[in-house]
Amino acid sequence: MDFDLSPEQQAFRDEVRDFIAQNLPSNAADPTAVQAWQRKVREKRWVGFSWPEDCGGGGGGIMEQVILKEEMAKAKAPPLGSCFMGLAWVGPSIAQYGTEAQKQRFIPDILDGKYQWCTGYSEPDSGSDLASLQCKAVLEGDHYVVNGQKIWTSIAMWSKWMILLVRTSNPKSQENKHDGITCLLVEMASEGLEVRPIRNMGGGAVFAEVFFTDVKVPAEQRLGEEGQGWQVTVSALAHERSSIAEVEGLKRNLDLLKEHAAGVERNGRPASEDPGIRRRLAVAETRVEAMRLNGMRFLTKQLKGDPLGSETSVNKLHRAALEVELGEIGVELQGSAGSLTDGIDDAVGGKWQKHSLGWPEVVIGGGTPNIQKNIIAERILGLPKD
Amino acid sequence: MNFGFTEEQDLLRQEVRKFLDENCNTEEVRKIGETPEGYSKDLWKQIAELGWVGLTIAEAHGGAGLGWVDLVVLLEETGRSLFPSPLLASTIAAAAIGEAGSDEQGVRFLPGLADGSSIATLALVEASDRLGAEGVELAGAPDGDGFLLTGEKRYVADAGNADLFVVAFRVGAGDDGVRLAVVPSDAGGITIENTPSMDLTKRLGNVRFDGVAVAGADVLASAPLSRILDLATAALTAEMIGAAEGATALTVKFTQERIQFGKPIGQFQGVKHPLAEMYVDVESFKSLVYYAAWALDEEHEDASRAVSMAKAYASDAFARIGIDSIQLHGGVGYTWEYDAQLYLKRSKWARSQYGDATHHYERVASLGGL
Repeated sequence: MDFDLSPEQQAFRDEVRDFIAQNLPSNAADPTAVQAWQRKVREKRWVGFSWPEDCGGGGGGIMEQVILKEEMAKAKAPPLGSCFMGLAWVGPSIAQYGTEAQKQRFIPDILDGKYQWCTGYSEPDSGSDLASLQCKAVLEGDHYVVNGQKIWTSIAMWSKWMILLVRTSNPKSQENKHDGITCLLVEMASEGLEVRPIRNMGGGAVFAEVFFTDVKVPAEQRLGEEGQGWQVTVSALAHERSSIAEVEGLKRNLDLLKEHAAGVERNGRPASEDPGIRRRLAVAETRVEAMRLNGMRFLTKQLKGDPLGSETSVNKLHRAALEVELGEIGVELQGSAGSLTDGIDDAVGGKWQKHSLGWPEVVIGGGTPNIQKNIIAERILGLPKD
Repeated sequence: MNFGFTEEQDLLRQEVRKFLDENCNTEEVRKIGETPEGYSKDLWKQIAELGWVGLTIAEAHGGAGLGWVDLVVLLEETGRSLFPSPLLASTIAAAAIGEAGSDEQGVRFLPGLADGSSIATLALVEASDRLGAEGVELAGAPDGDGFLLTGEKRYVADAGNADLFVVAFRVGAGDDGVRLAVVPSDAGGITIENTPSMDLTKRLGNVRFDGVAVAGADVLASAPLSRILDLATAALTAEMIGAAEGATALTVKFTQERIQFGKPIGQFQGVKHPLAEMYVDVESFKSLVYYAAWALDEEHEDASRAVSMAKAYASDAFARIGIDSIQLHGGVGYTWEYDAQLYLKRSKWARSQYGDATHHYERVASLGGL
């Protein structure tokens, strides 16, 4: 065991730290400053850092990806690039399965953050069981005609493009339901496409329903072969999946909670002296550390050249539990004021109230905890499929 | 960056697992557990020859000179087999002598522990049940160049099997007033009382000291109790990994084979999900234990916090795994004959030794600035 960085890795970490020291916008709310930051990180090729260089990416190794993400998270830096879903999976899918024309048309714009992409996966009757999706596309000459509905489509109303999964043929049986799914790239301004925002329980609207009525999609906007859609969406490029950067965010929230615990009273004494609160915070802190160290084990595996499999579900479950628990602790620390939208005072300012109503975005978005448990039970423990 | 094991460590794991699979299945574990001493002298001799007993004792003192990360590999496997032996107790006591003793004391006491010809154990906890210096009340009255010891130690691992006690006693106030000495178990004034443990594979006892004379030369040079406790706790927690994995594997196998409602019960999500949680918990406290062992070997500033996180998480998780394992087995899990109970009882033993989850989560809170 050895937690040291090689001299080259240390040099890279120093480069990242120096860059942050010189360029981090002092005011993250100032759009001009953030734009300047985005331009500079783009020049460094730190946007799409894990992508191959011939695609305009940075060609960063697994360890370098971790270092970059971790240092950025520690510094609370703005995200590297602004096209979130484009960078996370649309770009990698296009880089791997796209035609030369598709790569040239879309990848530079994703790296430059010219516009947003959204993701048309879930349907009203196909959530956790995504492969049962029914939104239909029929090839007519040089274009597909799409009819159907998507739901829970995050940022659909602010996106210019969508990566869409459709059914182009019916499977022979339940076991083959992944067959006949095709991936299309669809312009949101297409005729017959309608977006209806859905208000979430926090009062805002980030996701939407998307309706398709005879929407024409040129055949050259199909990503991969017909029927290859499932494969296209599950096999993103080999990027690091250690969740070490996510740990930094959780740590930050935990530190805030510890500060609050010392600052509020319970039975006339600081809440940080209450044994119940102490235990709850210690349990959360231990879980965050377990997640960090699990991530280090995953990373070690990746560095040895072994692909990661279902074990990353372990950290997804930890993260889900922690996102919920940290919000709950934050609200509980405020006592009776925990029930108020704005919370106890300016210092806490309703942050935890928002958190305690906002976690579903993270917890449900990438596959619910129950689905993660199925994955572990079936793919790791070898229990029979349902 | 490499948070994994070396080829040598992987090889050690394979060897230990193979030996125990061949020589100590659970039928054998039960047989050994029912003997008065609770371990097999024959197997003890063999594992001493294989170098397990002296694994972490310095080469200069007859051991293999390996670290706590290597020990984790060994103990994970002995835990998986529920192997009954004084290995854990004697390894901890030897580490205490290695950490606290002078070189001369090491030369005198450690070669016998390294080759297994003698067995040692740490006698620390007393009636107050407090870990650390604050719990040490056993009195050391000056006597020539040494001391006369009077008091009682409790929950001493393998008390009845030990040739040597590494005993903590008090000569003055505060943390500085604590000393450690090596005392032969047949010294005059020592009474050993075996106290039945819920776990048949583990032996515990009370040791009474009535004016036991200890020579100055046998008082260890220092008494770094906190370090010794951290080493002991990490070693114990390593055994918990293997045992918890053993319980999980047994339960997975049962639920794959047991047919109800026309299908294996492992197909029901009500069965799958607790099993998945077992996996998540074992993998997670495994990571915490590995890191704690590394931090102890490196004498990293994070070591105590890492040890407490590992033991706290493991204590709660293994306890729940033991219980869920019985429940998922149904009626057969409740029988004496079936092995699920062996793991549950191991979890009961392990959670309470060297501080339970409540103790260690409080330590995590304090060390984390709360």
